[in-house]
Amino acid sequence: MLSYDDLQALWLTLQLATVTVCVLLIVGTPIAWWLAHSRSKLQTIVEAVVALPLVLPPTVLGFYLLIAMSPQGIIGSPWLQFTDATLSFSFTALVIASTLYSLPFVVQPLQTSFEAVGSMPLETASMLRASPVDAFISVASPLALRGYITATVLGFAHTLGEFGVVLMVGGSIPGKTKVLSISIYDHVETLEYAQAHTLSGGLLLFSFITLLIVYTINRRLPIRVA
Amino acid sequence: MIHIFFSSQRLYRTAFLDTRVIMSAEPLIALDHISLIYPGNISPAITDISFSVCEGDLVAILGPSGCGKTTVLRVIAGFERPTQGQVSISGKLVASPNAWVEAENRGVGMVFQDYALFPHLTVMQNVAFGLRHSTPHSQHEKVREVLTLVGLGGFESHYPNALSGGQQQRVALARALAPRPAVLLLDEPFSNLDPDMTERMREELLEILERTGSTSILVTHDHEEALDMADNVAVLNTGRLEQLGTPDEIYHTPTTEFVADFVGQADFVPGQISKGKVVTEVGIFENVRKIQEQTRVLVMIRPDDVRIRPCETASAQVLRRHFRGSENLYRVLLPSGQLLYSSESSTAVYPVGTTVEVHVETIHTVVFPQEQKCPHP
Repeated sequence: MLSYDDLQALWLTLQLATVTVCVLLIVGTPIAWWLAHSRSKLQTIVEAVVALPLVLPPTVLGFYLLIAMSPQGIIGSPWLQFTDATLSFSFTALVIASTLYSLPFVVQPLQTSFEAVGSMPLETASMLRASPVDAFISVASPLALRGYITATVLGFAHTLGEFGVVLMVGGSIPGKTKVLSISIYDHVETLEYAQAHTLSGGLLLFSFITLLIVYTINRRLPIRVA
Repeated sequence: MIHIFFSSQRLYRTAFLDTRVIMSAEPLIALDHISLIYPGNISPAITDISFSVCEGDLVAILGPSGCGKTTVLRVIAGFERPTQGQVSISGKLVASPNAWVEAENRGVGMVFQDYALFPHLTVMQNVAFGLRHSTPHSQHEKVREVLTLVGLGGFESHYPNALSGGQQQRVALARALAPRPAVLLLDEPFSNLDPDMTERMREELLEILERTGSTSILVTHDHEEALDMADNVAVLNTGRLEQLGTPDEIYHTPTTEFVADFVGQADFVPGQISKGKVVTEVGIFENVRKIQEQTRVLVMIRPDDVRIRPCETASAQVLRRHFRGSENLYRVLLPSGQLLYSSESSTAVYPVGTTVEVHVETIHTVVFPQEQKCPHP
């Protein structure tokens, strides 16, 4: 039913989404934590920067990233020096671009849940001799579990569906940077509607089921903080 | 069953005392001229607060909401850094312009106003949270000990949301006591309990604190709670320490009108110094503060010092009777227009409008110069 090319695109897309979500959770947690707890004046600026991908046309983000990751660019040139490989049109480039593009989808739910948890559980933990890191791991993050589930699913689903940025940054190299959404576009362009239907229907079903699972889990989760 | 309960409590006390360093001379906690201004604020939250707490004592910080009492507690806990002054715990400087010890390293325990139990952990795990450095076996032992102490044995596997308010508070107390803190901070611990529950929990808490030899600081806005429980009371008003003293001193010989008025009911009757005495409408009192002749003053009078007797020819009149169950509190209008409260027994019932004779029988006379603004006209 699926051609070899389509299977390759599917596999690549799943890899990209998984890696991106992992990176996003690692990068997004400290940013969200800082946004939730800081009293700094920089907070508003950082919040706006994080939210930029929500309003920015993907091609704009893709364009700037393409320039930055080119062999002469500010990221691409040191990358070439250290790794002996060009960054643009690589899987790594896709991960970097996807991370930036999906950042608000991870940071915002995390920030909301960290704000809901508040500082009280952390203060309580410190009265029980827990260091701040310990308090975060053993108290704050379990209490923010809903936020983590929402962030993971939104980050994953949003990466699955991105098109503009990956096209700009990755090109459309089969097996290397050609993701599912680009495959669908190619099928439609060449009037292969049957294949486009299969992939589109699959993505639609997948997205719906994931959201259904998330909402079910969120509703049944025993811990309600706010 | 009862026998086991008591013997384990005794064991607990013995274990507690063994690990304690007895230092009777030096205060366990000392606050030295503490001031704090929150970032972005102009006026300080607390100003020049100094007091100390001796080992085994319970000090109550008493004041109306917004007076800075919780801020004082947060400074001791290590959640806020004072702008000025220093704090020492067990002889060690924990906060000063040059020294800072993080909250988790101060050896302080705290029971929060809404208990702050960890909702994702069982009672057992909550109480064991502060014991995670010790072996699983000794953790288990200690958790059982403290849960028995607070009367919650058998609730180990329950989650906090399955417990009543009183039970949650006991867990919070057990959790705070388990790591054997040098000092226990209690932030309005009874404010979320039903009134009839409060009385019982007060008794129990005092008993537990005594049994464990705990040194504690209690924050409250309820003067009855402070007078009932504390060895010493620190009365705070707008961030300043108004008076520090024993409950008796605070009640009978307040040094400021604010304390007089806040700690129990008080009326301020105007008078004048004449021939070495304080002369007022309701009687003549000793000039204890040796105030100059002819000075106009206010005499503090508590309802329990005022006796009223019905008398047809008298000119004072009952305006209102507040029936409090154990007492009748009468609002009496004096001929001059001055109002005075009188506490009578629950069976002494006089209808509104009754004319009464007023006698004031004070043991402690508290007089303030009248230039001071009277908060309770």
